[in-house]
Amino acid sequence: MGRVVVEVMPKPEILDPQGKAVAAALPRLGFHGFTGVRQGKRFELEVDGEVTAEVLEAVRGAAQTLLSNPVIEDVVSVVAEHDPEA
Amino acid sequence: MTATAGASPSRTEKSGARIGVVTFPGSLDDRDAARAVRLAGGTPVSLWHADDDLHGVDAVVLPGGFSYGDYLRAGAISRFAPVMGAVVDAAKGGLPVLGICNGFQILCEAHLLPGAMIKNDHRTFICREQRLTVENASTAWTARYTAGDEITIPLKNQDGQFVADDRTLDELEAQGRVVFRYAGWNPNGSRRDIAGITNTAGNVVGLMPHPEHAVEPGFGPDSPDGPRTGTDGLRMFASVISAVVG
Repeated sequence: MGRVVVEVMPKPEILDPQGKAVAAALPRLGFHGFTGVRQGKRFELEVDGEVTAEVLEAVRGAAQTLLSNPVIEDVVSVVAEHDPEA
Repeated sequence: MTATAGASPSRTEKSGARIGVVTFPGSLDDRDAARAVRLAGGTPVSLWHADDDLHGVDAVVLPGGFSYGDYLRAGAISRFAPVMGAVVDAAKGGLPVLGICNGFQILCEAHLLPGAMIKNDHRTFICREQRLTVENASTAWTARYTAGDEITIPLKNQDGQFVADDRTLDELEAQGRVVFRYAGWNPNGSRRDIAGITNTAGNVVGLMPHPEHAVEPGFGPDSPDGPRTGTDGLRMFASVISAVVG
């Protein structure tokens, strides 16, 4: 079984209300010194067999059309992950 | 022939206009939108997300709610529903389409309107009676208003902050495509107080607040005439009925 990990982040110029909420909660719990938090999304797409170049290309397409909205988000990485037990 | 703002909804004559209202899994305000169409003198036609046939309707409303639980992003999954293929094609051919709240989010995700909606800047759900200024009274959905009118309709959402890059915002302003702007107070951090926009042809309009909740005396926002008497949303539905009946 192969797996492709896609990470999507809000664009730097877009306000990230969720990250802001997390940033505000950190010092309340005693975690000081963090000047900013941004929250993104991680997707794990699984396929039978190897992650081929075609699979990666399809995932990149899905990342641009469905997994992210290019108006507000950037796809920051599309990486094949290999199952150590395979 | 069609409803005017002051007419009693129950006495509105039928216009013959058939206005489709799409139901997605998780739509909440589809029945309210259908009721608004009826009160404005039109005939509501229920459309189903999994059906790619618009059944010959004269216009389409994408209602509010939380289609697909807002999973991924608000409107992101609905945008790929079978009915949306038909809506996108028809909208490009000039069919009037109104997206309210979640419907606006779907129109943005479908690229029928520019920009996107993110969480409110104050990070909380908000429900209030919201004043708006009508900026563009020449769209299919606003012809019964006058530019500069101030109206009050309910606003209720979590992801209502309209964002777009400055170039897109400048273009919207220059082309007169800002249809509604928040008046008095910006309730969600939307860029340039934008509450609703239209496409270049003026047939597709999206707005965050809910006109369908301000269509019947006794059930609307407060107005100078008394508590719950506001019916400022009715003219949006009357506008499209006039537009399609001619």
